[in-house]
Amino acid sequence: MRGGRLIGLHLGLVAVLFALNFVLPAYSHGTVARVMVLATYAMGYNILFGYTGLLSLGHAMFFAAGMYGLAMPMTHLGLGAGPALLTGIGSAAVLSLGVGLLALRTRGVAFMIVTLMFSQAAWLTILLAGRWTRGDEGVVIPQADRMLLGLDLSDPSTRYLAALALFSAVLFGTLWLVRQPIGRVLVAIRENEDRAELLGYDTFRHKLGAVVLSGTVSGAAGAAYGLFFGYAGASFAETHYSIFPLLWVLLGGAGTVIGPFLGTLFMFYLIDLTSGLTPAYMLVAGVALVLLTLFAPQGLAGEIRRRWWRGLP
Amino acid sequence: MLELKNIAAGYGPVRVLHGLSLTVRPGEITCLLGRNGAGKTTAMKAIMGLLPLASGQVLLDGEDIGRLPAHEVPRRGIGYIPQGRRLFSDLTVAQNLEIGMRCRHSPPEVRDRVLEMFPRLADRMGQRAGTLSGGEQQMLATARALCVDPRVLLLDEPTEGLQPSMIALIRDTVLRLRDEGVAILLVEQRLDAVLATADRAVILENGAVRAEADAAELRAEPDLLRRHLGV
Repeated sequence: MRGGRLIGLHLGLVAVLFALNFVLPAYSHGTVARVMVLATYAMGYNILFGYTGLLSLGHAMFFAAGMYGLAMPMTHLGLGAGPALLTGIGSAAVLSLGVGLLALRTRGVAFMIVTLMFSQAAWLTILLAGRWTRGDEGVVIPQADRMLLGLDLSDPSTRYLAALALFSAVLFGTLWLVRQPIGRVLVAIRENEDRAELLGYDTFRHKLGAVVLSGTVSGAAGAAYGLFFGYAGASFAETHYSIFPLLWVLLGGAGTVIGPFLGTLFMFYLIDLTSGLTPAYMLVAGVALVLLTLFAPQGLAGEIRRRWWRGLP
Repeated sequence: MLELKNIAAGYGPVRVLHGLSLTVRPGEITCLLGRNGAGKTTAMKAIMGLLPLASGQVLLDGEDIGRLPAHEVPRRGIGYIPQGRRLFSDLTVAQNLEIGMRCRHSPPEVRDRVLEMFPRLADRMGQRAGTLSGGEQQMLATARALCVDPRVLLLDEPTEGLQPSMIALIRDTVLRLRDEGVAILLVEQRLDAVLATADRAVILENGAVRAEADAAELRAEPDLLRRHLGV
């Protein structure tokens, strides 16, 4: 029954997003598609931060690894969108494995600093390799190349549904993961790593798995973003793209499945709406964020869990 | 049987244990006593692989486990209940027990037996551990360690801060485990508890054994402990 309610909630969200495809005006249609891809990135981040308790300040490198891992072979090798999507995801997986093996030798603040440094190095690499990456300008993926399985991803409706498919797969994948014993071990590591180790769990291996899974999902979001919106740019590897998923997850509710989506949607629309009203939109956004932090410190879904639905994963 | 042979360990450059040797036998409760800083908790951490050994051996039924990574030690069948309980407060009672069972693939009968020892937990399986009372948290910490189905159980001041009824429950559980053949190493500050449960007492001073006494000696001469501990 409890499982039924949970699946109903998440299916309901997917159904609402599906229905919106047919009613949203053109501008919002593109915005929600973008939000779904970025929420996928936030869900990847949430696996590491929300469930495993590891705060990374360098996730932009995984997002960018997916994006450039897709765009570079398409641009320079003439690879099709399907295989390029795989090289994008694979690039993020390999990078996250390498970064995880090194960064997990540290804990706490040191882990944050090490991931930040790796991310800065990745961003600089993109800029320095301008001959291939086109540096600050970035790479435009031509409309004609954005065909996947016969579907034209430059078509707004197709792009929206593809973004929804990716979002849904990661949403239900996360829901499945956190309800498995392995998901509980990740939470146990977050709560008390030493204690988890003393119950016989190899916490390094579990954390490495979480880094790789989180990095790979983030990379999948980056690759999808590049393919759906036709652009790969160095700005996506900058530090603020590592801070965004942290904010989205904190606002939506760390360690909740649905929270990253709520946080991304809230933040995206907050900035979007206020920027149309005043040039001081960042001030308004900042005040709203402070208020939310004061009155809903566990984030939107975290507060729902605290007040009404204790079993919300 | 767990044997410590001349172990030396500490925290970085600070050496706390200086050639500690002791034996914990199956079906026996060995109480580890000593003043603050004598090395009781450090000895437990060294057994569990949380501190590197500078020298010496930790033998479990003849196998040297002294240099295994910490997560391998409980897999050999050593349960540890540290001071301060340290539950996974965001997980439910059932999930805390499941985490304990999973690492050694303990069969469901182990959990049934544990819940029979602590029936109050059975009524709270869906409750988050962080919302339990202090006594219930200690029950859960003990129950979770027992889910590993240990051959050797280490308890670091398990009755600290508990009400008398809870202390009696924990003591009865420890005695029952002893009778079932589990080797128990217990750190305990309360001398009445030591006299009520210990089969053997080992008194530490400056990281080494200062004195040992068996149950008959302890009961025949209750002041023995006070004399050695200076209380």
